[in-house]
Amino acid sequence: MSRFDELGLRNRRAIPVASVPTESVSGFRDTVAGALRTDWRMVSFFGMPETGGATRMLAILAQDERGELGATSTVVEGTYPALTPDCPELHYFEREVAEQCGVRPLGHPALHPVRRHPSPRLPDSPGGALGDDGAFGFSRIDSQEVHEVGVGPVHAGIIEPGHFRFQAHGEEVLRLEIVLGYQHRGVERLLEHSDRDRSVLIAESIAGDTVIGHGGTHCSAIEALARARKTPRAQAIRGIAVELERLSNHIGDLGAIAGDVAYQPAASYFGRMRGECLNLLMTLSGNRYGRGLVRPGGTRFDIPPEMAIEMRERLLRLRGELRPVADLMLENSSVQARLEGVGVLTRQKCLELGVVGPPARACEVPRDVRHDHPYGLFRFAHIPVATAWAGDVLARTLVRWLEVQRSLDFVVEQLAGLPRGPIRVECGPLRPGEMVVSMAEGWRGEIVHVVVTDETGRIRRYKVTDPSFHNWSALAAVLPGNQISDFPLCNKSFNLSYAGHDL
Amino acid sequence: MLRFIRSRLQQGTRTAAFPKGEAVFPERFRGAPRFEPARCENCEACRARMPSSLLEIDENGRSRLDVGACLFAPEEEAACRNGAIRFTTDYRMAATSREGLRTETGEVALASALDRQARRLFGRSLRLRSVAAGSCNGCEAELVALGNVVFDMARFGVQFVASPRHADGIVLTGAVSANMRDAVYRTYEAVPEPKLVVAVGACAINGGPFRGSPEVGNGVPADIPVDLWVPGCPPHPLTLLDGLLRLLGRIAGEKAPKQP
Repeated sequence: MSRFDELGLRNRRAIPVASVPTESVSGFRDTVAGALRTDWRMVSFFGMPETGGATRMLAILAQDERGELGATSTVVEGTYPALTPDCPELHYFEREVAEQCGVRPLGHPALHPVRRHPSPRLPDSPGGALGDDGAFGFSRIDSQEVHEVGVGPVHAGIIEPGHFRFQAHGEEVLRLEIVLGYQHRGVERLLEHSDRDRSVLIAESIAGDTVIGHGGTHCSAIEALARARKTPRAQAIRGIAVELERLSNHIGDLGAIAGDVAYQPAASYFGRMRGECLNLLMTLSGNRYGRGLVRPGGTRFDIPPEMAIEMRERLLRLRGELRPVADLMLENSSVQARLEGVGVLTRQKCLELGVVGPPARACEVPRDVRHDHPYGLFRFAHIPVATAWAGDVLARTLVRWLEVQRSLDFVVEQLAGLPRGPIRVECGPLRPGEMVVSMAEGWRGEIVHVVVTDETGRIRRYKVTDPSFHNWSALAAVLPGNQISDFPLCNKSFNLSYAGHDL
Repeated sequence: MLRFIRSRLQQGTRTAAFPKGEAVFPERFRGAPRFEPARCENCEACRARMPSSLLEIDENGRSRLDVGACLFAPEEEAACRNGAIRFTTDYRMAATSREGLRTETGEVALASALDRQARRLFGRSLRLRSVAAGSCNGCEAELVALGNVVFDMARFGVQFVASPRHADGIVLTGAVSANMRDAVYRTYEAVPEPKLVVAVGACAINGGPFRGSPEVGNGVPADIPVDLWVPGCPPHPLTLLDGLLRLLGRIAGEKAPKQP
């Protein structure tokens, strides 16, 4: 049996699922805890039903410096001793496995539901959304001076549903609990049972603001399992699209952060410029969010030369308009004062919770799949990783602004030199008995799709891990010590996906 | 201050000319679908290839389009080898009845205005509450976009508010997940009468890409009456705005948009 790190597993390289080691529960724990103690981190962790009612638990680990991936597994039935006490970054994954597969990690410190969907295999699981208090074991600080504030699931603005519960002393937050699952649509099951044309539409709808991110990660998993090699031109178009998606969302976030500190000029200018990026995606794909563009085997739409010229001109004009607004906002002392020192995520906490994306890069944890596990266009063309060190709202804002500038320059450069060739190749049936880990750096951070096929080449397990799955815990962790009134600002600086988390 | 004025001048006025001016869309924009029965050879090959329930068979066994079920995916157009199904760049497709979205040619019966009494109440001031229930955040993103300076919905007196008690109606997005069902009813019931319900996006209309999942209810529950159905995945902000303004009697007629 090979070791977990000797499988030749890489981003988007399929391996026989039988080559993944099957260890005893204690061996599995030693391997995982040992790896996490060194320089490996958890990328995905999930259960897969085995014949006979048992559950195989798979751990996918990453070593970012060498760009390697590792995998190991164990088979459990009913209960097993929880790994969380040894590996805190697994706390949320173990809750998810308990809910999805009905295995109970004994000794888990807080085995609350993750999405609260009915779990028939776990008879005493809370399940369902009705009656928040009965279903979810909220903690309560017992004091006459502490008050509780509950928000959601329906929010005051146009926001996805989620429930937030604060224990506060005056204005100061002592504790925040986040209850999600309201957007649960059963995405993983749908992806396991739908045909290919429908699956890609479902993947594009995992998070409607990350159409290219999730759609592209899905298509790359399918391509790896079908051994379809995309052409350089298709890779370039996908790379351009994913950076346009990053641009639109980051610009929108800069505007939203300005709005939350009541700096209206930047809020409205950025809001409009976000739309310019969406309109570029519409020119390319016929849809403002890029739906319909990325398909297994390549892309559905090409960028003809005259469109490339037009897109470049529009981006260069946008670049000229962006900088004065960003300077106006970020050099304004009252804006700085509102962003500085608010919602601080320490480097230590970030590593413990396995945070990814801009919130990690804003506290000097330079994780970026484009750089660490390069794929597609990013194997040939590089974008410098943007980092900051303070870990507060200002740092997360600055990382976004840096990424906006770098992505914009990158797209402008790529549009000038598109490789020749067809945009799509045939993508045949999936290889049987294989597993692929497809990772991409979406605008929110690391997107992971793990796909396992059965002996007939049908999809046996489809696991989606959105960056928000890692990062919601970070939002709950940074809030204590801040004021309740700073919650919207902290929340906006993370801008996490409810749909991507809830699946 | 000078810098602020300079940036204000540089940014200029960006509000869309809509509804008085022309709305221009790029060539590839996938707006309202059309069905040409003349091109259909009844080969039924499209049935297996169609990734949504856009194409359906009516009581008389004839093919027709259900624009409410359309996911606006290129595969829906490609499902017919003879090109009987194609997307136009027409952004207008909101209807006041669910049946109005089901037609033989795909030409939707565009939304008609509310009665006089309701127009007097809501015509110049409409306050809406947004409820997302089992969506992907695509429709919500377009609802947010309605508030930006380009679409600026507030210039028509339409605004989103923070409580159902302050609202004249709800805008419902998403396929209505089991976990949101109760919250949807409670929000609906909290809005004072008379009230409007706007169903936005393929999910709210028939479940969209999640149709058939045991975790969702395939759209707005049957016992919540809907006043405006806005197809799209997600609908373009102008599709939403056009539908709302037609409902309020602020736009009428069939003025077709300019084709690029």
